[in-house]
Amino acid sequence: MGKILQIENVGMRFATRKGPFVALRNIDLSIEEGEFVSLIGHSGCGKSTLLNLIAGLLLPTEGIMLCAGREVAGPGPERAVVFQNHSLLPWLTCFENVYLAVERVFGRKEGKEKLKNRARAALDMVQLSHAEAKYPHEISGGMKQRVGIARALAMEPRILLLDEPFGALDALTRAYLQDELLKIVARTRSTVVMVTHDVDEAVLLSDRIAMMTNGPSAMIGEILAVDLARPRNRVELAEDKRYLHYRKEVIDFLYTRHGFVDKAA
Amino acid sequence: MSAAIIKLEPASGSVQPHSTENPSSSAGAKPMIQIDATPARVDQVSRKPATELASAWARSVLRAALPPIMGLALFIGLWALGTMGSQRIPSPAVVWQAASVIFADPFYYNGPNDQGIGWNVLSSLRRVGIGFGIAAAIGIPLGFLLGRFAVMNSMMSPVISLLRPVSPLAWLPIGLLVFKAADPAATWTIFICSVWPMIINTAVGVQRVPQDYLNVARVLNLSEWKIATKILFPAVLPYMLTGVRLSVSTAWLVIVAAEMLTGGVGIGFWVWDEWNNLKVEHIIIAIFVIGTVGLLLEQALLWIARRFQYGNT
Ligand SMILES: Nc1ncnc2c1ncn2[C@@H]1O[C@H](COP(=O)(O)OP(=O)(O)OP(=O)(O)O)[C@@H](O)[C@H]1O
Ligand SMILES: [Mg+2]
Repeated sequence: MGKILQIENVGMRFATRKGPFVALRNIDLSIEEGEFVSLIGHSGCGKSTLLNLIAGLLLPTEGIMLCAGREVAGPGPERAVVFQNHSLLPWLTCFENVYLAVERVFGRKEGKEKLKNRARAALDMVQLSHAEAKYPHEISGGMKQRVGIARALAMEPRILLLDEPFGALDALTRAYLQDELLKIVARTRSTVVMVTHDVDEAVLLSDRIAMMTNGPSAMIGEILAVDLARPRNRVELAEDKRYLHYRKEVIDFLYTRHGFVDKAA
Repeated sequence: MSAAIIKLEPASGSVQPHSTENPSSSAGAKPMIQIDATPARVDQVSRKPATELASAWARSVLRAALPPIMGLALFIGLWALGTMGSQRIPSPAVVWQAASVIFADPFYYNGPNDQGIGWNVLSSLRRVGIGFGIAAAIGIPLGFLLGRFAVMNSMMSPVISLLRPVSPLAWLPIGLLVFKAADPAATWTIFICSVWPMIINTAVGVQRVPQDYLNVARVLNLSEWKIATKILFPAVLPYMLTGVRLSVSTAWLVIVAAEMLTGGVGIGFWVWDEWNNLKVEHIIIAIFVIGTVGLLLEQALLWIARRFQYGNT
């Protein structure tokens, strides 16, 4: 297994009205093919910024960012993003939202019927075949998030980028979708980078957790390898000693060593 | 659009009780009015719920229609009161009489300078339609360009800011000069007054397209054509329709004044003509007609705009 993503000494500086603002500095992270990596940190530390850098929506002001050996120069369908707020187009049905992505990625090589089958298969994977003709405002928040995931999966990306995909959902729906994601990732063997602020989510899903220090000029403070066998079962893990140990590690990092600082104070 | 299909049901449902008053159609309507729910009196089963529903319907209509009717009645009452001793301003009764003559034959034609009020309204609407149509054809694409490319925006915005507050009537002489005829000059003023709201609303709409949607486009690497048709156009459509509504409303205001100046056939010219003939009751009729047409235009455009509102997501 090769390295699919290499981030070397990357920094991100925003030009703001009050002068330059350094959001990230000295970020080093490399990700193996098929790995599940979480980015965790307090609000505003720069998790979304880092994910957007990987997506190519932002370009780093320092350092090198390589995807499959090539410099990241912009966004591309091989790095599909599930956005924090699903970002479905409200004037397209669920099916059409997915189809738009499918058509873009496979439209040159495949006929219409095959493309439609791909879109249907993706919706089926998140168990939303019954809602394919509905518009986003006609379905629940969890369903929208699943369509967003289906859209990303349908592109068969090399890397799946998730920005707090379940952040806005209730605990039950979140648990359900986490399990779904685990199953899908196991089936498709995708490489995943996921932003989260939920400790349990990070430990349950990840192979490694990159814990970020507080901004400004945040860094990756520590990387924790989560060595738990897959498939993982949340009920069994709830009392697993190693699970609790990993959980404690993350909590220690976030609350004891890098407690949230209110910038306004 | 599925919303339109759903909407039809309550509409036809509310018509049902009304039509049951007509005995010939009551048979067809029976299943709609839940006969089983009131099986007490067998002989009256089909009549009673029908009339009950009808009266409930009538009551709700009354409740909705009563205040506006009262308002109109008050207005006409005050008008009658105010014109009681007056020679110059005609009373409602006089206007009503004149109106019944005018509307008996709104489409007569006695040569180009003497036509029914219907023709006058239609030719004003035609000018508004043509002027507005050209304004939309130019304003919408221009608005897209201004909204999408910041350079274009900073290039054009001083010109637009300078010209927009100018009364479109100030442009009438230019129109006369260029077109050497009254009719296209009036259309030209409509074009001028319609084009600004079209450009500005479209440009604002393009600038307000949520960054999320544009990020989706970037991640998918959509072509500029797909971005325009699948993302920009649908996102901007509500803004554009607001622009259309503002344009058409101002255009309808301006056309009356423009036609007063240019003459020919049209409701504005008609007002001026009747003033020259000292037929004040006709002027009042024209005011009502202009108001009604304006109201209908506004409502029609609001209705269209509502159809293109996407649900909250
Ligand atoms: N375009 C920008 N211009 C200027 N500053 C920015 C920009 N985008 C982000 N920032 C700043 O960078 C920092 C990190 O922001 P980011 O959105 O990455 O945080 P986050 O970790 O995703 O927070 P949250 O968990 O609340 O989503 C913040 O201080 C933010 O104000
Ligand atoms: Mg974020």
